[in-house]
Amino acid sequence: MNGAQILIESLKREGVQVMFGYPGGSVLPIFDKLYEAPIKFILTRHEQGAAHAADGYARATGKVGVCIATSGPGATNLTTGIATSYMDSIPVVAITGQVKTHLIGNDAFQEADVTGITRPITKHNYLVKDVGDLARIVREAFHVSSTGRPGPVVIDIPVDVQTHEADFVWPEEVEIKGYKPNYFGHPGQIKKAARFITKSKRPLIYAGGGIIISGAEVELKALAEKINAPVTMTLLGLGGFPGTHTLCLGMLGMHGTAYANYAIMNADLVIAVGARFDDRVTGRLDAFAPHAKIIHIDIDPSSISKNVRVDIPIVGDARNILTQLLEELNKGPDTKEWLAAVEQWKTKHPLVYKESTKIKPQYVIEQIYEATKGKAIIATEVGQNQMWAAQWYKYTKPRTLLSSGGLGTMGYGFPAAIGAKVGCPQVPVFDIAGDGSIQMNIQELATAVNHKINVKVAILDNCYLGMVRQWQELFYKRRYSYTHLCNPDFVKLAESYGAVGLRATKKEEVRPVIEKALSIDNVVFMDFQIEPEENVFPMVPAGEAIDRMIGGMA
Amino acid sequence: MRHTLSVLVENKFGVLARVAGLFSARGFNISSLAVGETQDPSISQMTIVVETPDVRILEQIVKQLRKLIDTISVVDLTKKDFVERELALVKVSYEKSARRKINALLNKHKQATRLIRSSHNKAIIEVCATSDEVKDFLFHLKPFGIQELMRTGRVAIV
Repeated sequence: MNGAQILIESLKREGVQVMFGYPGGSVLPIFDKLYEAPIKFILTRHEQGAAHAADGYARATGKVGVCIATSGPGATNLTTGIATSYMDSIPVVAITGQVKTHLIGNDAFQEADVTGITRPITKHNYLVKDVGDLARIVREAFHVSSTGRPGPVVIDIPVDVQTHEADFVWPEEVEIKGYKPNYFGHPGQIKKAARFITKSKRPLIYAGGGIIISGAEVELKALAEKINAPVTMTLLGLGGFPGTHTLCLGMLGMHGTAYANYAIMNADLVIAVGARFDDRVTGRLDAFAPHAKIIHIDIDPSSISKNVRVDIPIVGDARNILTQLLEELNKGPDTKEWLAAVEQWKTKHPLVYKESTKIKPQYVIEQIYEATKGKAIIATEVGQNQMWAAQWYKYTKPRTLLSSGGLGTMGYGFPAAIGAKVGCPQVPVFDIAGDGSIQMNIQELATAVNHKINVKVAILDNCYLGMVRQWQELFYKRRYSYTHLCNPDFVKLAESYGAVGLRATKKEEVRPVIEKALSIDNVVFMDFQIEPEENVFPMVPAGEAIDRMIGGMA
Repeated sequence: MRHTLSVLVENKFGVLARVAGLFSARGFNISSLAVGETQDPSISQMTIVVETPDVRILEQIVKQLRKLIDTISVVDLTKKDFVERELALVKVSYEKSARRKINALLNKHKQATRLIRSSHNKAIIEVCATSDEVKDFLFHLKPFGIQELMRTGRVAIV
């Protein structure tokens, strides 16, 4: 077999059904074999779209997402997507072409040092110099990407390696000396954690994306109910615990609910599971959870005690550790008073917005939630649209919110929605977008229409880069420096691609537009012309303690 | 504070860049670095010396080092009873009259130094000792006129 055939055979062995990508000079041998391979290939219109689509596919399905691009600009265009996956621990394997082996380092046409460029934004990367190593490398790449704390892996394959011949040898076992993730928690630490929980009076569970990655939602719910502790989630944790549950406090942090932030500031025990105490969550670090002992469960030892001091670190897989912990716990603490206090905060400071005849973005999200009965997959862009989507849609199942949390990549949502829809064709998939973000990868309209990937895009159109404008309003005396956008006609634009464009300018048009979009068997752009200067509240100004919220308080 | 890290890594291209990248990305200067094959040619040993005012950042770097797929083990030797050596090759040129004084200096540091090559006004001297001893020797050699100086990084063993 030649290198290209070995690659395709290896991908098949790894169970790859779908790839996203874009061809080019340095991947021609691979594309020649893809032509007849039993792998569904989605041709995007930009390599960045392919990387985000692979990421969205991975988040929605739990499988490894695969994307491919040519050398040089093809590879550099993937990097924003790779960095997005890296920050959010998403398993993606990115394959890049490279110039011929003897030309590497010669500034050849379309050459870039891809392993060098992607080193800090991948879990691992490979430059394949010998075709004899290719099958093993593909095997290792999928293993590394999908185990432990998942992440993107790049395989850079020079074009001559793709045509060199070798025997196909598939390694049954992966043997990497320095890579042995720890899956089970230390029994001593778990005993200690159980003691802390039993003794606590005001316990709070703070759950992150690790719950979803490890598939620990059942165990998390069992723990919360056993110890009667409220649960708050990070942006990436949403869906890990049902948003409709009485113990659910929604998201915490900068745009979290007031009651989640009050709860963490008053808790005497914080049980952090698969979360990493990001600055958007903690606010001012020295004021974070001042009364609490902290139990931190995470598979990545480098996440522990990185930002906050931790009393009981437990390294391992969230699902295993929660199972171990549940076995260890006989009975939960008495939290009646604590839950009553939390309930009071909930009633006193609910999420609110002012009704208006104009379209409120929060209302749009609520209507999407109702129209889909909460059963859709929601991808978001980044900014106000993302925060409203986090606050106003109740996620009840894992893998239903796809959002660039760590890197905060505008332009992520639309291609991610496409990837998710390819992976879950039976589920309605929405991209909740802003008029700024959607234009960052709007070319993917062609991808969606050509492949009949019928995603629904809800543009919360305020003619602003809303989140930046909000900061300018609050912290820069309303000097709206370059945040006002003059936009195309999104309806006509959608139509020109062969999609359907719908528009709502009044509140009463919102629901009918959503219903219509759901009934149309095509890609739909919904242009919701919303209140232009609506803000995301509550909000904790950057660097403040997270109970110092402004706005949106009833 | 000065820390000495002993790191076992896979002997592959790109590993040094991965390790160095963790330090440089955080604005850390590596004071000294020595890399070489171990008794197993597929494994290399790195001894890294770093100066850090903040131990927490160093702890984070050690964890990040362990996280690298190509890293097999990382040990901070600082708190252990370890033996360390550094090698320096020095070319000195001197007035004829100074020769006796140089010989006396070499004699004083007999355990650590060797005269490799010499003529009436030039010599190449090898010094192999702890970092502090090497520093001390070079300090005393300086007045005679150091033309060139080659130093390795520190290697250490427990």
